[in-house]
Amino acid sequence: MHELSITQNILNIALEHADKHHAQRITAIRLVIGQLSSFVDDAIQFYWDIISDGTQAKGAQLVFQRVPARLQCQACGHDYPLDGESYACPRCGQDAAKVVGGREFYIESIDIQIAEDNNSR
Amino acid sequence: MTVKTISIQENILNANDSLAAQIRTWLTENRVFAVNMMASPGAGKTSLIERTISGLSGKRRVAIINGDTTAASMDAERAQKVGALAIHVNTGGNCHLEAFMVRSALDALDLSGIDLLIVENVGNLVCPSGWDLGTHRRVLVASIPEGADKPYKYPSMYSGVSAVVINKVDLLPYVPFDMDYFRKGIEALNPNTAIFPLSCTTGEGVNAWLEWLERQMAFYAG
Repeated sequence: MHELSITQNILNIALEHADKHHAQRITAIRLVIGQLSSFVDDAIQFYWDIISDGTQAKGAQLVFQRVPARLQCQACGHDYPLDGESYACPRCGQDAAKVVGGREFYIESIDIQIAEDNNSR
Repeated sequence: MTVKTISIQENILNANDSLAAQIRTWLTENRVFAVNMMASPGAGKTSLIERTISGLSGKRRVAIINGDTTAASMDAERAQKVGALAIHVNTGGNCHLEAFMVRSALDALDLSGIDLLIVENVGNLVCPSGWDLGTHRRVLVASIPEGADKPYKYPSMYSGVSAVVINKVDLLPYVPFDMDYFRKGIEALNPNTAIFPLSCTTGEGVNAWLEWLERQMAFYAG
């Protein structure tokens, strides 16, 4: 139950960047969310519709890119997905892995509308 | 009207993380070693805190910031009873502590009188993992009755921790628990993590945990 504050953060960051570029409207926001970050797309979308109302980001499409969690074996270097009932390396059998993917949680980009006469700014 | 794509690449938790970094610097400057203690409800965080305060009594000064989802402050009171400064933080139903909550709680503590700050997070094996609280180390408290599969079911919580305490080892004769499987899960996710099997009820294994804390404090608190 923490997606509300997360959604507020997303809105704040997007509005701040839109303002810097003199945007009239934000039409899309691309989010990269790793498997190990505990955030639920549906909940973010639900709060988004409510809290973006009345802002330049109202109606913006949220695009979620999910990144699977990955482990890298520190013994043989093999890269494999983090899932299931064992973390042992499927290639060499060692239990010495490092989490190399899945913690991502950032805004990659936004699409904004700019008035023609602002293009030169 | 033109549409333009702007690259942002900004962490959604930036506001929390930069405040956490400030807190960490502030604590380090004040020679306070801080731990973010996370666990599921009932693993024994408060019992471990009581053991820790008693074990360090007379040697180190301990303060507790205790996060709970309600105004019920019995955990903070338990810590106070055994001699620690304890601040209760009511998260108002929120499932985890955030850096700003720790920041406000710190206003009520005189850091010059503290060697060890334990931030007792809300009992939850999912949400607290995402939030940096400005502590130096993250410690997970697990317990035997929870089962040995937890590192595999909650990888986000079980990765990125400096130490794992396995509480309630006095129950090992009565509860099936594959210690080897459990340890493998932790070690795979955190190759250099310290693991402390112990019992807050009998006191078995508590000294190794206290020695680990003492080593961290020698570094951060002097």
